[in-house]
Amino acid sequence: MFQLVTSILVISGIGALLAMLLELADRFIADYGECQILINKEKELIVKGGSPLLFALQDEGIFIPSACGGKGTCAYCKVKVLEGGGPVLPTETPYLSTKELEENVRLSCQVKVRNDLRIEIPEELFLIKEFKVQVDRLEDLTPFIKGITLSILEPEEGIAFKPGQYIQLEIPKYKLSSAPEFRAFSMASAPEVNKKVELYVGLVDKGIVSTYIHDYLKQGEELVMRGPFGDFYYRESNREILMIATGTGLAPIMSILRYMRKEKIGQKTTLFFGTRTEEDLFCVKELKKLKRELPHFTYIPTLSRAPEDSAWEGERGRVTKLIEDKIPEGADLEVYICGSPEMVDTSWDALKKKGIPDENVYFDKFS
Amino acid sequence: MDHINPMTLFFAAIFTNNILLTNFLGLCPFLSMSRQKKSALGMGAAVVFVMASTTALNNLVHYKILVPLGLEHFRFIVFIVVIAAFVQLVEMAVERFFPALYYVLGIFLPLITVNCAIFGASLFMVIRKYDFVQSLAYGAGSGIGWMLAIVAISAIREKLEKTAKLPRGLEGPAITLIITGLLALAFLAFSGMIRVQ
Repeated sequence: MFQLVTSILVISGIGALLAMLLELADRFIADYGECQILINKEKELIVKGGSPLLFALQDEGIFIPSACGGKGTCAYCKVKVLEGGGPVLPTETPYLSTKELEENVRLSCQVKVRNDLRIEIPEELFLIKEFKVQVDRLEDLTPFIKGITLSILEPEEGIAFKPGQYIQLEIPKYKLSSAPEFRAFSMASAPEVNKKVELYVGLVDKGIVSTYIHDYLKQGEELVMRGPFGDFYYRESNREILMIATGTGLAPIMSILRYMRKEKIGQKTTLFFGTRTEEDLFCVKELKKLKRELPHFTYIPTLSRAPEDSAWEGERGRVTKLIEDKIPEGADLEVYICGSPEMVDTSWDALKKKGIPDENVYFDKFS
Repeated sequence: MDHINPMTLFFAAIFTNNILLTNFLGLCPFLSMSRQKKSALGMGAAVVFVMASTTALNNLVHYKILVPLGLEHFRFIVFIVVIAAFVQLVEMAVERFFPALYYVLGIFLPLITVNCAIFGASLFMVIRKYDFVQSLAYGAGSGIGWMLAIVAISAIREKLEKTAKLPRGLEGPAITLIITGLLALAFLAFSGMIRVQ
């Protein structure tokens, strides 16, 4: 009995001693104290050190674009860190060009605030706001894509954005996650509807946020959203427009089309919309209606995996095949591409072969 | 058994009884972290610190606490806990002072906790009945020996990367193991020159 008690006491004593040692180390080594961040030489923030710059700024109400939620994979959160950022990390180098390295561009999700920083961010990022939203409507558009409409509760004036831009939607902690997570979703609604936004959410295998939205999200639930972000938006021009979308990549395209309907922009516009099978197509009714409302709009869906014996009478194959078949050599086009990174890259290559210059191509990669 | 000079033990642990090249302990970080000299050096330094401090501390814990109380049968769990605490300490320090190295080492830094060379050093220290000073010398020596081996291999690998045209099947761990074997062969020539127990 005595032996049992001593062994328990001794072993726990050793454990306690080591715990104390680590606690002390945590106090002195891992404590970065309060750090000052000087933004664009004018705005000064005092934050608690130790967290990534992206989140430190977020806590202070400055929202840097980020689609991956601070995992270092989307490379949207680039900012200039002029002083105090420390060495460039191996996790950042794949995303930074030589020019960016020279200009001290860093991924703000990878730079930890360890000391005073001097950074530079584009002024328009100060315009990005945080919104309190409520789930208004949830609808199965296809077996794998849900359409959700969010009503903006706060702030009262709603959201102002350019058609094609995206927001970050944050979901609470639940069974599959250890902390709230956010991901980027393009808005499909038109900018004139400023109190509501519509998003298309594709189910990603083992995706934390998409699984929550598909299986757990309920009507009436309140969420947090930030935005607007992104440089993929409608640009005014007199050129003919070509839009290429696959899957949920249709979202920003819908926003642009709805904007064009409202503004009565009548130039020749063609949409190539690619999915695997006929049941993966969505917004078909509205797109057909748009065909009547916009006199020079053509909608061409194409299926890459439609069964041979199906009743489908439209195009078959990938969107790149449509580019090869339907776009004349050297066409004077303004192109908007949105969908998976592979699709964007292959489409872009196909367009290059047709002699369409890079500066006329706008794209948004969904990854 | 007569007393072995700690200084002798220190050099024996580095050269004639190199823990990696004669006992083949601590091979997994050795294989994965030996691609670049810089990261090998960082990993080696971390191992030196952890091995020297834990072997000495474990010696104290073993002879001052466990043996008098008749609790030797707890030595595995106690040794591991001590090692884990020191690795945690090193991790904090590396993250704070060497952020670039922290990302290079990645998961292999916390994995030092279960680096068998480190636990092995503590066990040898008990089996060979070293006293405190001897343990400190043996721990530091083994750590430096391990670092010597990983740095040597990383230098050879860097050279190979630049010059050698290897068949695909021999790339990476395969050729590293072969070189390690040759290096171990060379080191084995010293074995028995210095008595360690």
